[in-house]
Amino acid sequence: MKLTLKIWRQENASAKGAMQTYPIDGVEGDMSFLEMLDVLNEQLINKGDDPVVFDHDCREGICGSCSLQINGEPHGPDRLVTTCQLHMRMFNDGDTIVIEPFRAKAFPVIKDLMVDRSAFDRIQHAGGYISVNTSGNTIDANAIPVNKEDADDAFAAATCIGCGACVAACKNASAMLFTSAKVSQYALLPQGRVEATTRVLNMVEQMDKEGFGNCTNTGACEVECPKGISLENIARLNREYLSASIKG
Amino acid sequence: MGMISSSIARKVAMALSGLFLVFFLGQHFTINLTSVVAPDTFNSWSHFMGTNGLVQGVLQPILIFGVVFHFVMGFILEIKNRNARAVKYASYKGGANASWASRNMIISGLVILAFLGLHFYDFWIPEMIHKYVESHPEDPTRYYAETVHKFESPVRVGLYVISFVLLAIHLWHGFASSFQSVGFNNKYSTALTKFAKVYAIAIPLGFIFIAVYLHLNQIPH
Repeated sequence: MKLTLKIWRQENASAKGAMQTYPIDGVEGDMSFLEMLDVLNEQLINKGDDPVVFDHDCREGICGSCSLQINGEPHGPDRLVTTCQLHMRMFNDGDTIVIEPFRAKAFPVIKDLMVDRSAFDRIQHAGGYISVNTSGNTIDANAIPVNKEDADDAFAAATCIGCGACVAACKNASAMLFTSAKVSQYALLPQGRVEATTRVLNMVEQMDKEGFGNCTNTGACEVECPKGISLENIARLNREYLSASIKG
Repeated sequence: MGMISSSIARKVAMALSGLFLVFFLGQHFTINLTSVVAPDTFNSWSHFMGTNGLVQGVLQPILIFGVVFHFVMGFILEIKNRNARAVKYASYKGGANASWASRNMIISGLVILAFLGLHFYDFWIPEMIHKYVESHPEDPTRYYAETVHKFESPVRVGLYVISFVLLAIHLWHGFASSFQSVGFNNKYSTALTKFAKVYAIAIPLGFIFIAVYLHLNQIPH
């Protein structure tokens, strides 16, 4: 199929970027979106042009590296998939596809479509862990009984791959769904309760410091999340935060 | 004050002030409805609300504070949220993943704020002048006729109807979403959300009915 791609090109973080148009031919429906961009880049390299820079790693939907705002939606028009798992059969011959980086003040563009998502890492560093002695005498996690429903909810929250689609989709560029998933996966388990108070306070403080917007419950994040992280996590985050604030 | 500086605290503050205003709307609607079914009751309740020391001296300032807090915080959040995305998308499909009502609370909110200006001009300011600036003999039966005459103008009724439609849109997202903001999400949430959605439509629709009813049932001057 033949497509017209409108892609954001930006030389570096401080350069002024602009949309550029690229016609592309020979795209197969079975290609992933990233494979389609590989084809484009081969064409650009053969012409001596600078290839389009974009994030990618595992290409099997689990690493959270790929991003891209495709036709106004993070990870494109399909649901519960990352860009690497989005297939070109979702598009039609002759379509124009607008491809932009995830936009947020907290996700500055590094080059073209690649953005710096280290703000997520810093939120994780602020409390997204449990302090366990790993010097050789670690207690088996299964030795502590956990309610099945809690275990399932914790697991569901832990499937967040930190791709940033929630931020990209949110009209406020809020990171509340990401932070809530990271808080929830520990808050639901006995091992995580020990540091629950400081965890939620520190992670929310870091989230605010990074310059993300405020959550206004539009629910766009849940719809666009490739892992289907539920808004229930945000309600839990709010509860955890309020209770931690009272406890001090 | 440290707590109000966090994004979650601001969100909870918006939710709680919003819930307070939703409760007030229900009370306001109940009294207004008596103007349709029992004008004498409307007169006596209005007289009570307008002359009771607790209502005038304590509840009214709390209400005004609640309204001012809600829209000032709304503006602050809107500015902060716009700043969180300095470079806008060339293509942004907001309708693909969120309702118009949820994405445009600032627009419905601004219309409601403009309506409040008109509403204060229509009722609150004349009432304050009547009570505290000019001296009139006490007349507990004046409220019904004054209210009915306010709705004589079709332009005013039209503006009220438009404002109530925007109020319904504002409540459609705001009321149900306030439970999520305070962390309430459990087995009762579905029922509570349904109640909030029904309330969001029924109360503004009721206000529209009252405005139109009073317009169509004018009493001679």
